[in-house]
This record gives sequence, structure tokens and C-alpha cells, in this order.
Amino acid sequence: MTSAAHESMFTASVHDDDVVRVLGTDGTLDARNDPGLSPEEVVHLYRHMVLTRLVDDRLVTLQRQGRIGFHIGSLGEEAAIIGSAYALRKQDWLFPCYREFGAALLRGMPLERYLDNMFGNANDPVKGRQMPDHYTCKAAQFGSVSSPIGTQITQAVGFAWAAKIQKQDLVALTYFGEGATSSNEFHNGLNFAGVFKTPTVFICRNNGWAISVPTERQTASRTFAEKGIAYGVPSVRVDGNDLFAVIAVTRDAIRRASAGEGSTLIEAITYRMGGHSTSDDPTRYRDKSLLDPWADRDPLARIKRYLDKQGWFTDAEEQKLRTEIDARLRDLVEASEKTPPPSLESMFEDVYAEQPWHLREQCAELLAGPRAPSAHH
Amino acid sequence: MTQMNMVQAINDALRIAMRKDERVVVMGEDVGKVGGVFRVTSGLYDEFGDARVVDTPLSEGGIIGAAVGMALYGMIPVPEIQFSDFIWPAYDQIVSEVAKYRYRSGGEYTSKMVIRTPVGGGIRGGHYHSQHPEAQFIHVAGLKVVCPSNPYDAKGMLLASIADPDPVLFFEPKRVYRAAKGDVPEGEYTVPLESAAVVREGQHVTVIAYGAMLYEALDAAQKAAEQGIETEVVDLRTLWPVDIETIIASVKKTGRLIIVHEAPKTCGFGSELVSLVCEKAFYHLEAPPVRVTGYDTPFPYTLEMEYLPLSHRILPAILDTARAV
Ligand SMILES: Cc1ncc(C[n+]2csc(CCOP(=O)(O)OP(=O)(O)O)c2C)c(N)n1
Repeated sequence: MTSAAHESMFTASVHDDDVVRVLGTDGTLDARNDPGLSPEEVVHLYRHMVLTRLVDDRLVTLQRQGRIGFHIGSLGEEAAIIGSAYALRKQDWLFPCYREFGAALLRGMPLERYLDNMFGNANDPVKGRQMPDHYTCKAAQFGSVSSPIGTQITQAVGFAWAAKIQKQDLVALTYFGEGATSSNEFHNGLNFAGVFKTPTVFICRNNGWAISVPTERQTASRTFAEKGIAYGVPSVRVDGNDLFAVIAVTRDAIRRASAGEGSTLIEAITYRMGGHSTSDDPTRYRDKSLLDPWADRDPLARIKRYLDKQGWFTDAEEQKLRTEIDARLRDLVEASEKTPPPSLESMFEDVYAEQPWHLREQCAELLAGPRAPSAHH
Repeated sequence: MTQMNMVQAINDALRIAMRKDERVVVMGEDVGKVGGVFRVTSGLYDEFGDARVVDTPLSEGGIIGAAVGMALYGMIPVPEIQFSDFIWPAYDQIVSEVAKYRYRSGGEYTSKMVIRTPVGGGIRGGHYHSQHPEAQFIHVAGLKVVCPSNPYDAKGMLLASIADPDPVLFFEPKRVYRAAKGDVPEGEYTVPLESAAVVREGQHVTVIAYGAMLYEALDAAQKAAEQGIETEVVDLRTLWPVDIETIIASVKKTGRLIIVHEAPKTCGFGSELVSLVCEKAFYHLEAPPVRVTGYDTPFPYTLEMEYLPLSHRILPAILDTARAV
């Protein structure tokens, strides 16, 4: 990307209409900020987005059938999540919120392990200790999902800062929703990042809603991006449903961080097309008509139109892909569901590196006592 | 009298308080149009409007800090923290400010408010939607901590809390939000804070419980009775300041004490209760006091029913304690 384009993307003030966009809703590309993906890359990413969406679908069904307890998905936000994760270099790290399983899978988390987490079974990376969608994958340089809003933001700053102190060229990218910009952690994170010029990339998924609370209840600022500017952190707004634009701005932010120019706040404008989670009924607070303008901007459909124009991925290939994913999910879900729960002893492990006397005692007490009548699995 | 569950009873109390006193405001995340993620504030937004039923930005520190300011002005905020697991960003305001205002200002100011928050496990919530953090608040001088177990108490104690001159943490046991049903009088009434209830009488052993675990204690007591052990079950209702007289009277009667709580054992509220009983009724004890509690681990997901001190763990404790010589 040329430096002129770079300057046009990160401005000193951020206006409503300064939204970086590359892929038109009609499937055409704007050459100015085109990240220059090869046909194979686009097809690869599209396939991954389809996988993400089908996994989402399946998990909602499993929750409705009472086979898993919960799911929090990324319907409509796939481009913001997968595009930014794709822009990362091998050495970079991810500090997730809870909607980014698509990024974890893209970075190498095995789908099996993700599904094991959904069932909280003995093979779950977090040993059945956390809710579904609260997993970890260190091998993929993917942090540990936690529910409390915003906590990952400052941690990503510290991680990146440590790398800077140790003179390692790596970037820590962190995800959060626009609701999290109201949290202490957002302000602490941006402030520290600004003061210490840490190589952090902040991705604010502005999906319009924090459960039932709309964006105007989170801020009176015109944009979320401009909050970065107050902290001396260059900021950009991007069409979060545009895979190409998300990749372009994230790559640019990584380039800046790597060059010692510090952090960037990216506001990815997208829309939460589903409920907040399977526990939520959005019809109680959100008029269905609000979804209409976003249907057209669906991140998958947009790429598909582009692919159609280029002739890189036929409908037959798409059908085949969907059938394959379906079958694979059926097998993997069955395997995860059959996997037994974690052992009783595992409940007392990892509290400390070494188990102190009182946990040994409590574990022995549990093992010697009667079993609970209604374990979930 | 109307049959209500706890959600309805708490909702009713809020409505009554808001109708009666326009200084009462409800604020928090998702409390407005959607009526709270557990629907406890359902319908209040329609009746009282956006100025008194306020969806706030996503910041617990902001919610409680702003509530302190409103209280200083003379309003009566009833902030909701969506899950008690998310109260920690507000802990500074609660511990350093809310709890200490009266004392540190020589009695000139108070930051009287009622902080409502759902607590407890057994709902497949994992670490961050299951904790029962009473100990962290009881330890802070200046806070009252309430945890009703049924709709009648929930309504009456919420109204008492709103009328109370001091800040109250009102813990709502979410596992029985809908399961606990009962007759609730229409209109205003209060259940005095600081009054425990003996909900089952017995002479062999005392079990103290509160919130959702009360039902587990009652279930175990029922099963113990089938084996000839008569258990007295005390529902604390208000955790702090605790109704010490009811506890001591029961222990003097039975000589045997079991405390049940979901929170971890170490430095849990049970530790304090055992100390109090030892201080005040040591020579009446005929067996070592026993705590049946959550374990000293973070709250687990898959194994949560093994973690919780449910009836299957309380019953052996009752039988052992009653038979100990
Ligand atoms: C500190 C804290 N408070 C409240 C919650 C409950 N909660 C979970 S998600 C959520 C909304 C988050 O909205 P946003 O940050 O915009 O992210 P999104 O879910 O839209 O991706 C809330 C209030 C929480 N998890 N943590």
C-alpha cells in the first residue's frame, strides 16, 4: 500500500463519512485500498466464512435442542473478524472477546477442540470449566476468552508492550464490541497504548448493539474511532462487512505497529444480525426492519458476488462445500457429544501450579462423597 | 394474595416503590425496554419512562459512581448489576465510597442505594455467571447484605431495603428466580431486615442456609427426618447484619450446627458464623460445626452440580453431625 493511501486511512479526526471501503455491495473492487489478494486467498477466506456461518447455525440448533448450554455467534460479523485475523502475521497474537471463533479456527484452532468446548467435555481445551465459547488456543497464539467485558483490551496492550521491551517484532490484536468502549479497560488500554506506543491493534466491532442497548447509549461521540484520537492513538473507520477493506486497514495498522509507530484503533462498522446470544430474544427490543439495510451488505453475499464476477468459485463448488461442512460437523458434533465429561479430580487442578493441602483434602472429600443427582452431561 | 415467582415479586416491589416515591430510579445494563436479562425490571420502562428506568453505558463503575452522586443529591437509586460476577469494576466505588460515605463525612452524607444483582450457580453459567460473592461485601464495614429465598421475602425485603437509610446489596438467587413461587400480598408491606426465619423446626441439628441453597437444605432435612433426625433449618434472609439471636437460640436448642453456602469455603460467610457461634454458644455445642460449601476453586461449568453444596452433600453432613458424640 502506498503511503498516500496510508495517510488517507488514518486521519487526525474521524468523520462519519470517512469509512474505508473496497468491495462494493455489487461485487466490484475499489482499487485505491485493494489489499491485492490472489484468487486462492479470496476463495480460501470465503470458504472459511461459510464454515463459520454453518458452525454458527449448527450451534444455535444444538442449543435449541438442549444439547449444548449456550452459544454466542458472529452472524453478520464474519468479515470484520476473519479479515482482521487474516491480516495478522505468523508471529502476531490475538486477544479475543467472545465472538471470534472464526478467527481462532482460521489461526489454527482445531474445529474438534472448539466443539469440545461447546460440550464442556474431557477434551475441551479449558477442561469443562468455562461456558461454551469460552476457550483458549495458545498454539494458535489465541488468548483465553473471558466473560467480563473489556478485560482483554489492557492485556493486549501489556503483551504488545512486553514484546516491544524485549525487541520482538510482534503485534497483539484485540477484539471488543462497541459496548466495551464504555468500560474502564478500554480507556486504560488506549491510554497506556498511546503513552507507551505499544504495537497493539484495537478492533472495535461496532455491531450496533450491546445486548439490547443501542450505540447511542454507549457514546455521545459521533464515532467510536474518534475516542482513539483523544488518547493519541490513530484511528480509522472501516466497512466491517467488507473483507478486503478490513484486511487492508488491519495490515496497515500492523505495518505501523511493526515500524514502531504504535497502536491503531479500528472501528469496524458491522451489524449483529442475530440475537446477542442464544439466551437473547432480539425481537423484544429491535424492530426487524432494522435488519433490512444490512441484508444487502451481508459480508458473505458480497464476496460471493465478487467471486461470481471473477468466475473463481461456482455455485456447484459452493454446494459441494456446504455439503462437506455439513457432514463434517455431523461427525465432529457426534464425537464431541459422546466424549465423557472431565474427571472430578480435574476440578481441583490448575487452581495453582501445585495443589495445596486444602484442595487435596477437598478433592478427596468430593471423591468419597455421593455423586450429584443431576449432572448436566 | 397472588401467586408470584421471585422475578414477579421483585418487579412488583420496584413498581410500588417507584409509584410511591419519585426519587426512586432504576438504572443498569438492559434494564429498560427489554426489562433486564432476567426480566426483573419488565414493564417499568413503559410505566415510568426513560428518565427513571435508565439503560446506561456498559460500565459498572459508571453505574455505581453515578448512583453515589444521585444519592448524595437525594435520589434513591436502585442500580442493577446484570450478574454479580460483573460487579468488580464497581468494587472501588462500593468499597471506597458507598460503604464509607456516612462514616467518613461524620454522618453528614450517605450514599444510600440498593444495588440489586443476581447471584449463584446451577444455571450452566460457568465462572462468570455463577458466583455468590457475599463474603467480599460482608467484610466491608457500612454495607448491608440481603439474600431472600422466596417471593414473599423478596418483595418485602426489597421494600425494606429501599426504605433503609443505609446502602444495601440485594442478592437475588437466580437459580430459583422462577422456580420459587408463593403467595405474595398485594400492595406495600415490608419484611424487616436483620430477621432470620426458622423455616423448619427440629431438635437434633441446626442447618443455616440462604438463597437457592435453602431448598437444598430443606430437601436434606426432609430426607434426614425419614431416618429419625429432626433438623432445624434457618433461612438467614439478611446476611449482614445477621440475626444473631435466632442463630444462637437454635444452636442452644440443638447443640449442632451446619452452615451451607455456595461460595467457596475459605473465608466464606460460614467461617464468620462458626466463629460467632463459638464465641457466643461454645459450651452448648455437642459436635464440631460443619461447613458444606462450594469448593475453593473457581466456579466450574460441566461439573457445577458436583461443585454446589446440594442436598446430596448436606444430608450426610446432617446425619454425621447429628450422630457425632
Ligand atoms: C463487566 C461486564 N458487564 C456486563 C456483562 C454482561 N454482558 C455480556 S455481553 C454484554 C454486551 C456487550 O456488548 P458489546 O461490547 O457491544 O459486544 P457485542 O456483544 O455486541 O459483541 C453485556 C452487557 C459482562 N459480560 N461484563
